[in-house]
Amino acid sequence: MDYKFVPSVCPYCGTGCGVLFEVIDGKLVGTLPNKTHPVNEGKLCIKGWNMHEFVNSFMRLKQPLVKTFGRFMKTEWDEAIKITADRFKEIIKKHGPDSIGVLVSAKITNEENYLAQKFARAVIGTNNVDHCARL
Amino acid sequence: MTNSISGFEDAGCIFIIGTNTTACHPLIARRIYRAKEKGAKLIVADPRAIQLTRFADVAVHHRLGSDVALLNGMMHVIIKNGWHDQKYIEERTEDYEALEKVVSAYTPEKVAGITGVSAEDIEQMAELYAKNSPAPLLYAMGITQHTTGVDNVKSCCNLAMLCGNVGIASAGVNPLRGQNNVQGACDMGGLPNVMTGYQPVNDIKTIDKFSRAWGCSLSDKPGMTITDMIPAMLEGKLKGLYIIGENPKLSDPDWNHLNHALKKLDFLVIQELFLSETAQVADVVFSAASSAEKDGTFTNTERRCMKINKAIEPIGNTLPDWEIISRLSTAMGYEMKYDHPEEIFNEMTALTPKSYAGMTYERLGIDGLQWPCPDQNHPGTPYLHKDGFARGKGKFHGIEYKDPAELPDKDYPFFLTTGRMFAHFHTGTMTRVSAHLDVEQTTGYVEINPKDAEVLDICENDILVLSSRRGEMEVPARITRAVPPGTLFLPIHFGENPPNVLTDSTAVDPLAKIPEFKVSAVQVRKLELGLVEKTA
Repeated sequence: MDYKFVPSVCPYCGTGCGVLFEVIDGKLVGTLPNKTHPVNEGKLCIKGWNMHEFVNSFMRLKQPLVKTFGRFMKTEWDEAIKITADRFKEIIKKHGPDSIGVLVSAKITNEENYLAQKFARAVIGTNNVDHCARL
Repeated sequence: MTNSISGFEDAGCIFIIGTNTTACHPLIARRIYRAKEKGAKLIVADPRAIQLTRFADVAVHHRLGSDVALLNGMMHVIIKNGWHDQKYIEERTEDYEALEKVVSAYTPEKVAGITGVSAEDIEQMAELYAKNSPAPLLYAMGITQHTTGVDNVKSCCNLAMLCGNVGIASAGVNPLRGQNNVQGACDMGGLPNVMTGYQPVNDIKTIDKFSRAWGCSLSDKPGMTITDMIPAMLEGKLKGLYIIGENPKLSDPDWNHLNHALKKLDFLVIQELFLSETAQVADVVFSAASSAEKDGTFTNTERRCMKINKAIEPIGNTLPDWEIISRLSTAMGYEMKYDHPEEIFNEMTALTPKSYAGMTYERLGIDGLQWPCPDQNHPGTPYLHKDGFARGKGKFHGIEYKDPAELPDKDYPFFLTTGRMFAHFHTGTMTRVSAHLDVEQTTGYVEINPKDAEVLDICENDILVLSSRRGEMEVPARITRAVPPGTLFLPIHFGENPPNVLTDSTAVDPLAKIPEFKVSAVQVRKLELGLVEKTA
């Protein structure tokens, strides 16, 4: 049996409690509070304690989807990316870069937010970048 | 937040306004309890009887949207009694006269008429807050989600500065952030008018720096906010939308209006963990990996940037968001090649001199670092404005009270407010699929006072029909004294009882563009079960 604890941060509210993910044989089986973390000092709320449940949910999307004739079809990454890139390029060509908006996210990492706004500004060419801070 | 979470424990008085802290930020609430045990005073102002109310030295339930009046009333009492910090005001602030002039008219008696809070309670709140330094003020969306959101925040700052509570430990003005990385998303330039570290896009030096770093020309024209994008979709100006990890169909105001707008788009891409309400109407859905399946950093509400570490391989055929964005970018002809998020982090810190420049993955360790952290030897900053405000002097604003956009009337006689409950999170995409959380609350509900329930002949779990000028929805009743008579509360987590059918997308703060989710006027009736007439 292979097991480990991996330090991380709770992805729910903005408090940012330190957690330890319990991993057994490559599966996420539980969440524990980090006892020495400066934010939560070994405590978690009901959402934090059960964080591994949404990660393992059978409802998770497991494949990119592309809608064809009103129905979602499972697709490989290369194709989903290509379709998206082509459609964005087409829209930019026809209506200009400011006809596209990018909503970055309060749930993804700093690195990913940085890339998402870089994508909007450098690749699309628009400052139409926002996220759900107001909501 | 200007201050740190752990610092609340050593406060002399904690002022809670517009945050249901025990339900929404339980591990911050724990510090409030600790502070109470150590002898701190607690003031709670909330239209609902939240759990913290029971532990408060003074708890008031002001009428929805009357925050400015309440805060002005407190400041009136403080100034009248000379409890304000004269030395601090002289040395560190400006425009005090503007504040004094406005609040002089807000006598406790006048404020009592607007807020429904008694003059004695206002006087007691003012005295407790002013006489028990350090006194942190904590707020959340109860202050910001109003047409007067910016006014509310400025009033909170006025009060804190008036008593010398900004720039010292265990005090400050502390907005509790609702999402794990909403602070980070803002810091990273996820806003239409600023790049990373709030460097303005219409500043020539900033644009120049980023153009050179990214090897392309950049627009210096501020873009659209989310609340501007919706009308732009309807007008056909916005054709394509790329949404990452967000469910606006449930989180944005006025569901019918938004639904109509999304249908007008030529192309909608969603990057998600789940097939959310919004993902269902997308053209392409990218299956993203969760935070347990990748490395990176989150920045919490106290500006603490912390590392998250990959615990397991991505589930199914999912990819971390950074990899999806890189691939898409490369496919569009702008090559993004990163082997690890650390490379992205280092690229970002090099472009963000004042706040993140001194951070590296190695330095972050487990505990993280609080920005500003301008260089590699800087220990991080537990509280802001220690030796002076970012703008020089702290500016007071004289702010007059304004009514919310919509008040109850003959046709829509009830106040409606919205918020979260303890077991669920935001639009419920993550918590409702979690067995131990779902069991706590499986359906939506609306809180209604027993007096109103009696008048309308409503029993617990009766289905009520709520309607506003925007739309109508059904939801089971929960009869509770937590809401005052004439006010209803709807949690935002339940897609089958969406509160945003009722809320208004046009009622937004003029500056912050935040929608007034906390105040709407609605009408209530009981759904009569029985023969259902067939309609075409």
